[in-house]
Amino acid sequence: MSKKTVLFACGTGIATSTVVANAVTEAMKERGITIDSRQCKATEVRSELNGVDLIVSTTQLPSDLGVPSIVTLAFLTGMGKAEALDKIEAELRK
Amino acid sequence: MAEALMNHIDPEAIVLGVDTDSREAVIRLLAGKLKDAGYVKDSFADAVLAREATMPTGLPLGHAVNVAVPHTDPEHVVKPGIALATLKKPVTFANMEDPDEAVEVGLVFLMALNDKDRQIEMLQEIMATIQSEEAISGLMKASSLDDVAAVLK
Repeated sequence: MSKKTVLFACGTGIATSTVVANAVTEAMKERGITIDSRQCKATEVRSELNGVDLIVSTTQLPSDLGVPSIVTLAFLTGMGKAEALDKIEAELRK
Repeated sequence: MAEALMNHIDPEAIVLGVDTDSREAVIRLLAGKLKDAGYVKDSFADAVLAREATMPTGLPLGHAVNVAVPHTDPEHVVKPGIALATLKKPVTFANMEDPDEAVEVGLVFLMALNDKDRQIEMLQEIMATIQSEEAISGLMKASSLDDVAAVLK
């Protein structure tokens, strides 16, 4: 499988998205998927979509982005983490 | 991981058993503590409140007490640090995931962030702490700085 690019978004593009990016990158590595991670503010997602396979955000995203997206707090709160990782893996293996 | 969280929280900026009805009052109280201790600029409190209105930070945890982690852009910050409040009764924040959904919050970590490496560490330690129901109930029961330090040591 080729390397996948995941765009991580949050309110400021620096704080919570970094925590989520680290958690997802590590977990996907364990599942044999290497990801190239990028980060931005949720409000700037639309201009950052070039080459992006999946968006993972902790906050609401604009609609009609044309790229699969997952909005989840699982990597901050711990609730539903395994399910969120399964969803991300399934999307990246498509 | 959580053992180092105490290193980032200023003892001067811990307020236990805050009795108020509004998230604004809690944020202003903690922002004032961070200001007095030299962590943030005058503009910090307003900037946090403005951000909270559009990009909220309430985190529903699925057990008795929910948490909020208000913060804002680095230009309002002098140096990184965390203020902590436990609330006597919950106040309403909005859900980070969905601004239209209310989250009743009993524990607030107000974060001053301006250093990329430190802020990741700080956030990861906060997240590790709030994922422990035992740590949360320990903080909510704390009545002294020693109690807080014993949970977060």
